[in-house]
Amino acid sequence: MTLDATDRRILKATASGLPLTPHPFEEVGRWLLLPENEVIARMAAMQDDGVIRRVALAPNHYALGLAANGMSVWDLDDRVAVSLGAKVGALPFVSHCYLRPRALPDWPYNLFAMLHGKTRDEVEAKRAEVAALLGEACRSHDILYSTRILKKTGMRLAGEG
Amino acid sequence: MRATLASDALDAIDRLLINRLQDGMPLTHSPFAPVAAEANIPEAEVVDRIARLREIGAITRFGPFLDAEAMGGAFCLCAMAVPQYRFDEVVTLVNAHAEVAHNYERQHKLNMWFVLACERPDDIAKAAKRIEEETGLQVLCFPKQHEFFIGFRVEA
Repeated sequence: MTLDATDRRILKATASGLPLTPHPFEEVGRWLLLPENEVIARMAAMQDDGVIRRVALAPNHYALGLAANGMSVWDLDDRVAVSLGAKVGALPFVSHCYLRPRALPDWPYNLFAMLHGKTRDEVEAKRAEVAALLGEACRSHDILYSTRILKKTGMRLAGEG
Repeated sequence: MRATLASDALDAIDRLLINRLQDGMPLTHSPFAPVAAEANIPEAEVVDRIARLREIGAITRFGPFLDAEAMGGAFCLCAMAVPQYRFDEVVTLVNAHAEVAHNYERQHKLNMWFVLACERPDDIAKAAKRIEEETGLQVLCFPKQHEFFIGFRVEA
């Protein structure tokens, strides 16, 4: 999808959040001197095209009790990586799951799966569950716990527009 | 940021709002009307509660979630091994880049993990190179090769 200057103005204006009023798109229209129905129509078109995934709130995992969050990483046999990765992604406690290139020799892992739980013990139990699922196709694995959120702003549009 | 809220910080209506609105809301004149009706509160109270949830840190954002790839751009997970004594300085340098969408400290030799989100795929490598030049540290890039379907939700 090609965004025009007006689409980009809408995305820039709302990048750090929607105005908190009962009619947020009317307010965005006021900021940008656009009719509300144009703001809504343009955002709906961008959502249909997947540029906007959704308009939603982002829960803070930590604040809501999911205090333990580990990035589990797995060295999977390339021949079965896609089929096994799909099984890992389908687990209810996995929030992101990707195949990525290795960075040998220091980084042998090609499957990344974020595991969430209330405690580290809970996350470790889930990691054992993943290890059992992968079996011998997994040569080694590790888990990296996050100790601090250093930045979380989501994507911003650079430049003018 | 990392602290868990007290168990009484959220009431049933707050939890309902978090559970419903993380999935999205309609693009209409009154986008809060459906959830307000379900919670049996006025729309203005939904708005006030979202503002409070943001203030107490129960939510981190409220607004559009953009897909850089659908815009012809790209995301890339990157990692650095930052010496402990330089950590704060490097955080400042890395976070100053608008392309850095998230950044997490993790327990590992590779202790800083951030996501670059750019409109043009070429800009990923450029941003990573600028960070290397500014910090004098190597930036490892882990672009995704395959994304698996996810059904994860946070139950408030």
